[in-house]
Amino acid sequence: MADPKGFLTLRRAIPGRQAVEDRVRHWREFYGPVPEAAVRTQAARCMDCGVPFCQGDSGCPVRNIIPEWNGLVQRGEWREALESLQATNNFPELTGRLCPAPCESACVLGLVNEPVAIRHVEQTIADRGFAEGWVVPRPPRRNSGFKVAVVGSGPAGLAAAQQLRRAGHTVVVFEKNERVGGLLRYGIPEFKLEKSVLDLRLTQLEAEGVRFRTGIDVGEDITAQELRAEFDAVCVATGAGAARDLDVPGRPLEGVHLAMDFLTSQNRRLAGDAFTETVSDARDRRVVIIGGGDTGSDCAGTCVRQGARSVRQFELLPQPPAGRAPTTPWPLWPMQLRTSHAHEEGCDREWSVATTAFSGEDGRVQRIHAARLERQVFADGHTDYARLPGTDFELEADLVLLAMGFTGPVKSRLLVDLAVQLDGRGSIATDGAHRTSVPGVFAAGDAHRGASLIVWAIREGRDAADSIDSWLRAG
Amino acid sequence: MTEKQGLYDPAYEHDACGMGFVAHIHGVRSRDVVDKSLELLRNLSHRSAVAADACTGDGAGILLQVPHAFLRRVCGPLGISLPDAGSYGVGTLFLPSRRADRLICERMVEAAVAGEGCSVLGWRDVPVDDSVLSGPTRRARPAMRQIFVAQMGVGQMGVGREVDTSSSFEISLYVIRRRIEAALREIPGSDCYVASFSSRTLVYKGMLRPDQLARFYEDLRDPDLASAIALVHSRFSTNTFPSWRLAHPYRFLCHNGEINTLRGNLSWMRVREAIMSSARFGGRLAALLPVCGENQSDSASLDNALELLTLAGRPLAHAMAMLIPEAWEGHTTMSPERRAFYEYHASLMEPWDGPAAVAFTDGRQVAAVLDRNGLRPARYVVTSDDLVVLASEAGAVAIPVENVRAKGRLEPGKMLVVNTTQGRILDDEALKTELASVRPYGRWVAEQRINLAELVAKNGANELQLRDERDARGQLQVARSETEHDDRTLSLQLLQRAFGYTADELKMVLGPMADAGEEPAGSMGNDTPLAVLSRRPQLLSSYFRQLFAQVTNPAIDPIREQLVMSLAINLGPQSNLLDETAEHAKQLRIAQPVLTEQAMSAVRGVTDPTLRAVTLPALFPIASGIDALELAVDDLCRAATRAIADGCGILILSDRGISADQAPIPSPLAVAAVHHHLIREGLRWRVSLIAETGEAREVSHLALLVAYGASAVHPYLALETVAAMARPEATGDKPHGAAAQERYVKALGKGLLKIMSKMGISTLQSYCGAQLWEAVGLSTALVDRHFAGTPSRVGGIGMELIAHETLRRHSDAFDTASITTRLDPGGEYQYRVQGEHHNWNPMTIAKLQHATRSDSYSTFKEFSQLANDETRRQSTLRGLLDFVERDPVPLDEVEPASAITRRFCTGAMSFGSLGKEAHETLAIAMNRLGGRSNSGEGGEDPARFGTDRNSAIKQVASARFGVTAEYLVNAAELQIKIAQGAKPGEGGQLPGHKVDAVIARTRHSMPGVTLISPPPHHDIYSIEDLAQLIYDLKAISPAAAISVKLVAEAGVGTVAAGVAKARADLILISGDSGGTGASPLSSIMRAGSPWELGLAETQQTLVINGLRGRVRLQTDGQLKTGRDVVVAALLGADEFGFATAPLIVEGCVMMRKCHLNTCPVGIATQDPELRARFTGQPEHVVNYFFFIAEEVRELMARLGFRTMDEMIGRTDMLRALPSSDNAKAATLDLSALLHLATPASRARTDSVARRHVRLRVDHSEEDGGLNGRLVELAQPALERGERVKETLPITNSDRAVGATLSGEIARRYGDTGLPEETISFRFTGSAGQSFGAFAARGLSLELEGEANDYVGKGLSGGRLIVRHPRSAQFIPDQTVLIGNTVLYGATSGEAYFAGVAGERFGVRNSGAIAVVEGVGDHGCEYMTGGTVVVLGRTGRNFGAGMSGGIAFVLDEFGEFEHGGQCNTGMVELAHVTDRGELELLRRLVEQHARYTGSARAKRELGRWERAQRLFVAVVPTEYRKALERRADADAATAARRGLVIGEIGSARHG
Repeated sequence: MADPKGFLTLRRAIPGRQAVEDRVRHWREFYGPVPEAAVRTQAARCMDCGVPFCQGDSGCPVRNIIPEWNGLVQRGEWREALESLQATNNFPELTGRLCPAPCESACVLGLVNEPVAIRHVEQTIADRGFAEGWVVPRPPRRNSGFKVAVVGSGPAGLAAAQQLRRAGHTVVVFEKNERVGGLLRYGIPEFKLEKSVLDLRLTQLEAEGVRFRTGIDVGEDITAQELRAEFDAVCVATGAGAARDLDVPGRPLEGVHLAMDFLTSQNRRLAGDAFTETVSDARDRRVVIIGGGDTGSDCAGTCVRQGARSVRQFELLPQPPAGRAPTTPWPLWPMQLRTSHAHEEGCDREWSVATTAFSGEDGRVQRIHAARLERQVFADGHTDYARLPGTDFELEADLVLLAMGFTGPVKSRLLVDLAVQLDGRGSIATDGAHRTSVPGVFAAGDAHRGASLIVWAIREGRDAADSIDSWLRAG
Repeated sequence: MTEKQGLYDPAYEHDACGMGFVAHIHGVRSRDVVDKSLELLRNLSHRSAVAADACTGDGAGILLQVPHAFLRRVCGPLGISLPDAGSYGVGTLFLPSRRADRLICERMVEAAVAGEGCSVLGWRDVPVDDSVLSGPTRRARPAMRQIFVAQMGVGQMGVGREVDTSSSFEISLYVIRRRIEAALREIPGSDCYVASFSSRTLVYKGMLRPDQLARFYEDLRDPDLASAIALVHSRFSTNTFPSWRLAHPYRFLCHNGEINTLRGNLSWMRVREAIMSSARFGGRLAALLPVCGENQSDSASLDNALELLTLAGRPLAHAMAMLIPEAWEGHTTMSPERRAFYEYHASLMEPWDGPAAVAFTDGRQVAAVLDRNGLRPARYVVTSDDLVVLASEAGAVAIPVENVRAKGRLEPGKMLVVNTTQGRILDDEALKTELASVRPYGRWVAEQRINLAELVAKNGANELQLRDERDARGQLQVARSETEHDDRTLSLQLLQRAFGYTADELKMVLGPMADAGEEPAGSMGNDTPLAVLSRRPQLLSSYFRQLFAQVTNPAIDPIREQLVMSLAINLGPQSNLLDETAEHAKQLRIAQPVLTEQAMSAVRGVTDPTLRAVTLPALFPIASGIDALELAVDDLCRAATRAIADGCGILILSDRGISADQAPIPSPLAVAAVHHHLIREGLRWRVSLIAETGEAREVSHLALLVAYGASAVHPYLALETVAAMARPEATGDKPHGAAAQERYVKALGKGLLKIMSKMGISTLQSYCGAQLWEAVGLSTALVDRHFAGTPSRVGGIGMELIAHETLRRHSDAFDTASITTRLDPGGEYQYRVQGEHHNWNPMTIAKLQHATRSDSYSTFKEFSQLANDETRRQSTLRGLLDFVERDPVPLDEVEPASAITRRFCTGAMSFGSLGKEAHETLAIAMNRLGGRSNSGEGGEDPARFGTDRNSAIKQVASARFGVTAEYLVNAAELQIKIAQGAKPGEGGQLPGHKVDAVIARTRHSMPGVTLISPPPHHDIYSIEDLAQLIYDLKAISPAAAISVKLVAEAGVGTVAAGVAKARADLILISGDSGGTGASPLSSIMRAGSPWELGLAETQQTLVINGLRGRVRLQTDGQLKTGRDVVVAALLGADEFGFATAPLIVEGCVMMRKCHLNTCPVGIATQDPELRARFTGQPEHVVNYFFFIAEEVRELMARLGFRTMDEMIGRTDMLRALPSSDNAKAATLDLSALLHLATPASRARTDSVARRHVRLRVDHSEEDGGLNGRLVELAQPALERGERVKETLPITNSDRAVGATLSGEIARRYGDTGLPEETISFRFTGSAGQSFGAFAARGLSLELEGEANDYVGKGLSGGRLIVRHPRSAQFIPDQTVLIGNTVLYGATSGEAYFAGVAGERFGVRNSGAIAVVEGVGDHGCEYMTGGTVVVLGRTGRNFGAGMSGGIAFVLDEFGEFEHGGQCNTGMVELAHVTDRGELELLRRLVEQHARYTGSARAKRELGRWERAQRLFVAVVPTEYRKALERRADADAATAARRGLVIGEIGSARHG
């Protein structure tokens, strides 16, 4: 640190978003450019802590050595910073865009000031690495002779594949869709992640020798037995695609869709691939999104860009406090009100709302019926939210998107045939080292962890790769 | 002696003492000489100690010339007819008390006598009076007999005739004694000892108190007993076991001090024995070896060495000058001949280094010498009737002043010889000139010695060219493609990985060293696992911990006292020690031990065959299985033997050739194995060792290699790393590789000096091979074989696991498929989730804060579960322990939490290291809990005294910041900080820019002026000095408990025993891991040992000694939970200290940035903006300690203890956990830690508890009562402010005179005190130590006579006047008047001394005004304020570390200004021209004349015009700037005057 008291004098700044009226007219990312000096200044706010909580249990899941690259960026040693970042994180350009940055809520500077803009520094390092051509393939020095199949090409699968390849193994990634990327490609809206960014990274993986086989639904197109026979190890990274549904009257009506179908459809459209028209269009519609999380927010941004008449978001839980809730003191991930870009773009939020029914005509949804909730303490002492009598209301809606989270992996033929044990939540059960109940079969990412952050998917992929590598070497 | 058991090892015992001699210059023998020496001994009683029984002395003795007339008289009736004086020898033997055993010994002795062709004239029982002895001493008393021996033929004839009484007979007697000793070694357990065996000298000594000596030995009371020389010694030892033989004098000498380098000296002596030969000894030499016996004290070994050198033919003084040379390396004004003498002898022998005042004699000459640092006092008097009396204190023998012809003090490194046969006294100058002229040492050195620096310079042209080429190459590479850049980085990185370099080390250690030329500092201690518990592969170096000096000898300040330090060392074979020739000087001299590539090629290029260098690869094949390392080490040793056989003078052990197939032998192992192998083979003298290694990079790595035998180190990979890091394109404006390397080498050199000086060692030559390290986690087998002599007390890993760790690093580099471009993060210095484990990590920190802030015991249990779980990951020794379950008791029967919290303290953290809020919050919390907070060493705002913000513990540390009378009387406990866990043996520095107005006020200094804490207390160079300081503190603050803070290391238990005997009430054993505001990283990580070891060793030693009941025992060092407290209690602690954890409760998040003043949570900072962010509350801290107490109670209930007292010391309730999944941990053996000690002697232990303190022991001092009398006399003044004036006699056993009265004044009136001269006492005589200590304002003490050390210590506003008696015959202004370390830590007041002072006058003065007529070395050292006028000469190194205040020196002969007497590192010299300054000076000199009647002052005032031109003002640069800032730039000098005058004014009228 050039200035050990930089954190006192320098203020946090993150890139500005393009004005709402402009950004909703296109699908591209909408953060303005930031001069190099400004990013270095942000990095200079890092206190280079003796105990960097950004690395701790509440901090960065991939264990980015944040103070190290903050120091390097501050001194302008961008390439070194990239090396440091890539040593822990295979895809910093993705986490730099998409991560909710638990590192920042654990940042020590956040105790007394605003935290360091870690995520932005990360993204800048990564983007600069690509722009300068520093992101080069790092093929292994020698081949191990082992073959590993990775099923699923989401962030967990890709991270596992890259790590395994670099350890010298022959790696084949299977993807059921026609393009590689899984949730990254189909689930994340273009305005949050331009797919060209993903493609650049995939180029590196291919150059390192990772082989991709798309359009193959493993378990159907190739049997589990065939897979086991061909490969020395299998890593299942198929994600947690089973969405939570809403079992209320009127659910079968046309116009009530799962959020992920909606988002996928839009991404396909932009990519020029086949998509389902009815699902993807919010133009002129009154949209209600059920579920207050990130997926809901992505839907809202997409709807706005598609030209929706109105967008409204229902959340079951009450409105969290504006600041850190006392139940989640620093450095824990704070329970607090978060306002995403989509909320700026014209999306109204309602809290403590339970949807009770949909109704419509001609098989098409027109109305949504709901009631307010209140926290109640029951006789046995447990607390829950219950409907408040007399608060029923209804709202006109001609597109309803269900963004209520995921229950776990889809119970595919692959899982059945592999005969891996599942845990209580329906995810693939593993020991501490990503080993499933079937020797040689490993699991990583949401398929194992349940729906979670991209950064966790990367961590899972890396850890599983380590474990597979050790297992293979141990023979 | 009690045997080694548990962690107790008698080898660690230390002693110190008072000593002296009386001699008649012309050798006239008299009873008077004996009487005077016995008087001297009695008057030094306070420098000795007694055991737990208050009756057993530590030892006293006397050495006399053989008293012929007396012996002839007493032998006659026994039928022994003695021949003429000098023609027979007398042996004094301590023999077994059982008759049968005794006869065996006597027959053996007689055989030895006969074997040397001598005859036994007879035996005499030495008459003794047992009744003076205590029970245990009496039981252990040997039978004392004298044997009379003559040369064959002499005795039988029964007539005297002229025989050769010169050395040949003396040599025979020496040989006889050595044969006896050798024979005794063959009789196991034989209790026989030869106290003396000579035709010239005779020793009486024993396990006695000084006053018991002459009562015990009837001979000593006999009127016929006469001698012209008498050496006496009283001992203060750390042990208490009856041991008669450990008393001094030995055969030649008595010694007050400690040889720090003993282990190395003994090794090198063994090494040289292989090539010793002497015509005088001829074939009998073998009988004399080994020169120094094993298992004997340092003094005994020194005695052996002196005896050998002297009897082999060197003059007595010459031999001593070889053993204890003065500091010549940095001496700028030494004559070339004298320098050559030392330079030559440096080729023969390394110094025996350590504090020492040695009195020695061969029965004809008697002499004394002081170590190079002058760390022991020695004062002497020459009387008009030709006696010389030298003693540790002035006034020990009453001599009427009219009889005094001259007085003096021994100066550092100086010697005084009385030659009784020639009837003359030789002072140092005359003596050394004589010694230096005996041989052409200068020519020999010039012709034979090769200087590496010259060789390198000679290669200069080549050199430059080479560098140009390298630079050009470097630039080329920069310019070339990225790939090549990558390749180069990768190959360097490959090596770095193979040697385990981490990103952490590069960033935190190597980078800063290369940038700043200094070792970097860190904060907040070490919470990583011990190397043997770490799951990451550790370097072998990490299993070693630095030893350091505490109490028994002082650390040195290698920066401010650089003049005594030296890194130079000679390479090449050694020669016959008992001879001297030109060839002895044929060696390669290097200025410092870190060799660069250029230096290495110069070494390799030396053509002289005796100095030829041979390189041996220190590698092992990775494919050869688990024995490969062991085999390779054996091979290396054999290769060394072969290389020597082929003739070479330098062996380079090199790991340069590592490859995919070859791994490096860990460099400490390679070096130590070869070193010990060659010692065993008797070949070590033939070569010097150089380690060429990629492994060594930190200072501690280098130091370890040198300590185990390497004379030099070439850390090639570290040098390359440093150069590579300095690439300009990477770091902008940073200079290029070579410059970075230069700074790095400089930093290593500084660091080495620091590590040496921590142990009190001045020269690298003495450190080499001295093995001053402790192993923690290495197997005894490994240590015994390759690191023989190193303490390793819990066992640990051996060769296989060492090889395993090396191979893990190797495979990380060579055996991975993936091209990694980053080094492992490491995480040792800063937490990294993928790095080393830390006990304080995000989870534990957060949980503790959440728990204490929300007052949630359940969250606290989560924390303690985590912290203990962490501990159960086994990162600490306590983590390896489990409780032995027994019947529980109900929780409600366990004593309440409030009884437990009373045992809790917070750690010493100064106001200054902490901000005001953080500091006071702790004080408030601890006062509420009934525990104690600690002021730390920065003083305390008087506004806090008497409030709930008062710190119950006030620290007295080496800098004595703010230690005033008022401060001292406002403490419930006074803690003498000897060492602190994070940097034992080191001082500190608060840079000027951090000293703001408030800190300056509490530390009695000036804003902006740097404050230095010296490494040692300058009034504690020994255990008897500590006893004196404890005495001083008890004198001023009788109600306060005195505690002494020590740091765990091997041997701390025996130090603690000494501290207990020095009458401390409480001993704190700090662990190595404790936090700190700022400390060099290598000290945080690599010095000291875990508290578990230190506490257990202390408990065991105190229990064995029967001392445990006298002293409370406290421990600290990363204590966190109730479990930690219970383990500590079971290991022996009464009380428990916490520092890091309460800070975390206050909001600390372990930034480890305390040293930068940027603490973001407002704790460790003075910045008001940051302090505003402080969120800690006393309630949080209170919650924390109650949580712990609650947890302790739960465990007590579980273990069946109702009170803490029952639990203390119950190691039987602990057991080692079965070995875990950690293979390294499983190798440890904790049985020594859990040893349940029992008192060695059953005597009197019924009245004192065995395991813990049961009663408050009355530690009040019995003294002459003078202090009490002064308080009585002063009552009218104390109560009514009336004037009191009295005249009283004083003697050297009246110590700390005035302190008790000053305490009374301060209690009533604070530091404001009383009006000037309210109380005036006048004394005549010789004052004991600490005269006028802490004298308060309003008290005036005048002394006519002389005074010893520590006059005016901590002066707090009083006035001191000391002058020689008016009737003195000597020249007063050239005669020593007061001792060493005068006005240490004085904060205000005035002192006038009409005579000369010893060393370190005015050290750490921060406000007193003093006039003196001459001072010794290191005058005004570390001064930060006040004014000192020296009307005469100063010693060397004046003003070292002086950051404030002004000194005026009357430089009559220009030697001060131009002779280099002043250390101008921090000060400027100027003539006094300012009118105001001149006025001030004149007024001070006038006052001096008025108060003391000084003739000198009057003379100068009489010629003031001349005098004022001769004054040189010494002004610290920083101080001048601070003054200039304070005043207008224009009025700067006026301000300077004003300030000083203002201080005088306040002193007078306050």
